[in-house]
Amino acid sequence: MAEKVLMKGNEALAESALRAGCRFFFGYPITPQTELAAYMSKQMPKIGGTYLQAESEVAAINMVYGASAAGARVMTSSSSPGVSLKAEGISYMAGADLPGVIINIQRGGPGLGSIQPSQSDYWQATKATGHGDFQVIVYAPSTVQEMADVAYEAFDVADKYRTPVMILGDGLLGQMMEPVILPEPKDLSELPEKPWATTGHGHKRSHNVVNSLYLTAEDLEQLNIERYERYAQIKEQEQRSESYLTDDADIVVVAFGASARVARSAVNAAREKGIKAGLFRPITLWPFPEDALKATLPTARAYLDVEMNMGQMIEDVRLVVEGKAPVEFLGRAGGMVPTPEEVLDKIEAMAASLA
Amino acid sequence: MSTEQSILLAGFGGQGVLFAGKVIAYAGLIDDREVSWLPSYGPEMRGGTANCSVTLSDEAIGSPLITTPDILLALNQPSFDKFIDAVRPGGIVIADTSMITPVCNRDDIELYGIPATTIAEEAGLNGLANIVLLGKLFSVAPFCSRETLDRAIEKCVPARKAHLVEKNKEAITVGMEA
Repeated sequence: MAEKVLMKGNEALAESALRAGCRFFFGYPITPQTELAAYMSKQMPKIGGTYLQAESEVAAINMVYGASAAGARVMTSSSSPGVSLKAEGISYMAGADLPGVIINIQRGGPGLGSIQPSQSDYWQATKATGHGDFQVIVYAPSTVQEMADVAYEAFDVADKYRTPVMILGDGLLGQMMEPVILPEPKDLSELPEKPWATTGHGHKRSHNVVNSLYLTAEDLEQLNIERYERYAQIKEQEQRSESYLTDDADIVVVAFGASARVARSAVNAAREKGIKAGLFRPITLWPFPEDALKATLPTARAYLDVEMNMGQMIEDVRLVVEGKAPVEFLGRAGGMVPTPEEVLDKIEAMAASLA
Repeated sequence: MSTEQSILLAGFGGQGVLFAGKVIAYAGLIDDREVSWLPSYGPEMRGGTANCSVTLSDEAIGSPLITTPDILLALNQPSFDKFIDAVRPGGIVIADTSMITPVCNRDDIELYGIPATTIAEEAGLNGLANIVLLGKLFSVAPFCSRETLDRAIEKCVPARKAHLVEKNKEAITVGMEA
């Protein structure tokens, strides 16, 4: 078995991306994701890849577009304000059906906000990453190991569906160190071919075009319809979640990423007090793991949505619960992290009102 | 050894708070335990206070952010004052009394004050007060074996400072005897 190492979340994302065959990284520094770019700047030249600190986030995402169009495995990373700047480019990538991995190590917002951990970009990641009808697949890891795992997988998924994939972390996950077992490096020559890429061909075939501009409405509508057929397939095949002690739970706490760790501590403490609490943790935020959450409906009597924002994912939770049980909210914003004690207090209050 | 130990280390930036935390985290890694290490990374780090949360456990770790530590390692007065009331009842506080006047009105914690900075200087271990304090912690609440701790130090000291490995190990011993 591979050796367990101690790594920061930011570094694990970077190393795992390299092992997945990422050979181009374009970015611009911003706290709290800077270790990721720093790691890439050290390692990329050693393996013949390209690390480039662009003049801005806008430039970086357009370089991602270019490298992806040429068939490369490519990544960019930033934190909340920087991801907003990339929004246009991500929309162009979606419109041109280009794979690529975008990492957002969120900080408090809106605006320049704070540099402390936050989850307030949930809506941006899952609903409106940029203009136009499109989605990106969004992973929300909650441990350093899971950050390594999803970064490794994200490139395959992006290539399979020809879509940008986002990994939504936060300052807490990016900065913390945990033991991690890194995946095996992939052999670049064994990666699936990309017959659509603009790689140069010496007039052996008709040329490929990578583009998001379609001036004929009928054509563009058709492309949107085809893209949504792919999204339907993604919804069917890519939903991922973890259910912890939910089988007999009266109160199901729903939380992702860092706040799911806090919630897990609170659930354990509630169980010690004899309260039947469980944790449902979405690992993909889009597609939202509706099917697995629905499976908790027959037994759950109430839901508690915990987020590091003013209440965003709660809308998706309510769409699944469909009014069949109350859905309450506990959130901290601006870079504050909820404590297990405050989540436990809320669970206890809910348990008391159910009794 | 209890199943979970949450350790908060706090002091000025530059006192080696993050490094001492890293040594504890590596000890957990070497012993194949669950480990989390979380630094403060706010703007206060530059010249101000720094702290880090380290949790060692035999089960999956929930929140890595420690709000009620089992153990507080305090390297300066502001950190001692800020966190002393947060320590869990029955918890342990190790304070560098060269830097701290450890005044507190709690009788439900074990407080160990040693003049770590002075001890380090007198032993020719300048700059290793953090590790002297870690040695004291290791003697009152061993979180691994001495062998593991020495290996953790070897892992944490960067190659370009390899000459400091033995001094760090010596600082542990000095702290244990303080």
